[in-house]
Amino acid sequence: MIKAIGKPLEEIIGNVQDLSKVLVAGCDGCVTVCEAGGLKEAKVLASALRLYYTQAGRPAQVDELSLTRQCDKEYLAQLSDRIDDYDAVISLACGAGCQFLTEMYNHKVVYPGVDTCFIGVNEERGYFTERCQACGRCLLAETGGICPIARCSKRMLNGPCGGSEKGKCEVNPDIPCGWELIYERLKTLGQLDRFEKPVAPKDWTSSRDGGPRKIVREDLRI
Amino acid sequence: MRLQYPPSLRIIEVPCSGKVDIIHLLLAFEQGADGVMVVGCLEGDCHYQAGNLYAKKRVGRVKEILEKVGLGGERIGMFNLSSGMGGKFAEYVREMTGKVLELGPSPIRTTKAGGRPAAVEVASS
Repeated sequence: MIKAIGKPLEEIIGNVQDLSKVLVAGCDGCVTVCEAGGLKEAKVLASALRLYYTQAGRPAQVDELSLTRQCDKEYLAQLSDRIDDYDAVISLACGAGCQFLTEMYNHKVVYPGVDTCFIGVNEERGYFTERCQACGRCLLAETGGICPIARCSKRMLNGPCGGSEKGKCEVNPDIPCGWELIYERLKTLGQLDRFEKPVAPKDWTSSRDGGPRKIVREDLRI
Repeated sequence: MRLQYPPSLRIIEVPCSGKVDIIHLLLAFEQGADGVMVVGCLEGDCHYQAGNLYAKKRVGRVKEILEKVGLGGERIGMFNLSSGMGGKFAEYVREMTGKVLELGPSPIRTTKAGGRPAAVEVASS
């Protein structure tokens, strides 16, 4: 799932400090799972903003809600009858949801309330790590199920670089070397012979090198 | 024990200090509390293993929020006591009440129409 982290409160206050009616819109999707932008976080942010406005001597209306998903028009449409009551919306959805909200309500100022970080997993509560960079052409079948694009700092395709030391990456000793992980995994699977077949240069046009991407599924479209 | 402690205290009982969430603490301030004490079991003695440690982290987070919104983080504190430490409880309440009186009424209460006397809220497990 997409992982995000709440923006610093002072940055959010800086965006909305002169306003008098603010809606904090959470998202029940990915950002709820990583506890950055669900209903609970929306309530906390709205309460903090109310405290800010009140202590500053000018009480403002700050309301909160959470939509099932902000990356679907059907759910964003639930705001249509009330969004005009507010000067601005703080979206706690990921960058995609926040932008979709902006596109749907073109006349309304929308501020992001989270920093969207990566596609990752929950190692444990409050500890999330990256697993996928959405490059558009999955290599996991060739690399023992461990992604060299997301797990290797240099996105190497044919084994580790010279900076790999004792299984750790030269970028940071806390980062396991992605290729060390791939080697150990292939060894466990008895597939080390895969290292004898060089991987051809990757076609990055399916990644960001091809510009903003889209998927069109004619079989699904109505 | 007939211990004396300031009457400005309102005790809210919870099953475990781990039940106390960030939003509960913020709402207490929104509703005009001048200070909030969260009183949990002694560290290592939580009946639910780690509830008091979760509470400690949440109190820390609320402290940060209060600093950033201009109320000051000193208005909230985490305290750890066993059920046999009534004397210490009274001492902590006096200490916190003194601190809150020093800080003065919460700006939330003074900027709203309120006029209640200084109050300390306690969440106790």
